[in-house]
Amino acid sequence: MNDVLKNIESSKVYRFGEEHSGIAAFPGQVHPAPGGGVLVSRLDDVINWARSNSLWPLVFGTSCCAIEMMSAASAKFDWSRFGFEVARATPRQADVIIIAGTIVNKMAPVLKRLYDQMADPKYVIAMGACATSGGPFFYNTYSVVKGADHVIPVDVYVAGCPPRPEALIHSLMMLQQKIRKGMTREQIRNDMKVA
Amino acid sequence: MTKEELKNTLAALFPSASFEETGEWLNMNSTAGDFLSAAAVLRNHPELNFDYLFCQTCVDWKTHLTMVYHLESTQFRHQLVVKVQLDRNNPEIETVSSIWKTAEFHEREVYEMFGVNFLNHPDLRLLILPEGWEGKYPLRKDFEDSVNMIRL
Repeated sequence: MNDVLKNIESSKVYRFGEEHSGIAAFPGQVHPAPGGGVLVSRLDDVINWARSNSLWPLVFGTSCCAIEMMSAASAKFDWSRFGFEVARATPRQADVIIIAGTIVNKMAPVLKRLYDQMADPKYVIAMGACATSGGPFFYNTYSVVKGADHVIPVDVYVAGCPPRPEALIHSLMMLQQKIRKGMTREQIRNDMKVA
Repeated sequence: MTKEELKNTLAALFPSASFEETGEWLNMNSTAGDFLSAAAVLRNHPELNFDYLFCQTCVDWKTHLTMVYHLESTQFRHQLVVKVQLDRNNPEIETVSSIWKTAEFHEREVYEMFGVNFLNHPDLRLLILPEGWEGKYPLRKDFEDSVNMIRL
């Protein structure tokens, strides 16, 4: 096991800027011992590492940002390189909900219901200007919710109208880093409960 | 038919209508009272044959409302825009859903957004707005909503 882990950590994979990339080494240290090695790590670190590398998105594309999300999912900007392989339409099997588009007053209860149906741990990304703050519909409109965080708690906001697929992938990587450091709303709330 | 031929044919059929040719399509101004008979003629006349109403909306000029009908003929491929002025305090017009069936939904939307009453419409109720929005006409210029709207 010692050799396997050493190979993973020092493999010849090109890592461009470890702090910016989504690639993270397996957390933990290996202590050599006679007869093999002993891996020492915190369980939380390992669990967060595993969760961050396999976030399954619930695609909630309501508006034009959905096109950019589809583009990020397809061949040119492929996000399944980072683990967001399975994008189901069902909230029961999803970890992160990407709110891609405008939320109108009629859609807000639907969004709340889908968020409630997701299983813990769940994370939220507000993609685009409309989901962040109402966007171009902030003034003079009778029907748009001025920001998805009036309805559900949001972890990562992506700016743009619509944001480029690279920006969406960057926000997903940022969410991964947040999960690994334990800084998402979910994790902070759980820490507060235990303490 | 070209715009010129169309204008001549229509001027002969409707002597009281006025025309504008500034836009992409020929614009014809009509009145609310005789619009229903004019629409029947536009649909059934063998040389005009406007059988496709591809858009129907309303515009709120602050002094009055204007109904706008975009018509096209699938046979001859010519287009026409008909504008009808309505009184702002009592906007009423005959429905054209008996002539073009698509007008059923378009008129429901104009009713819910502007409050235009369509006489003899088979099913006049809200189309997209949820319950509780009857009587408030959001796309009018004087619509006030202190809860949701932030005026710029």
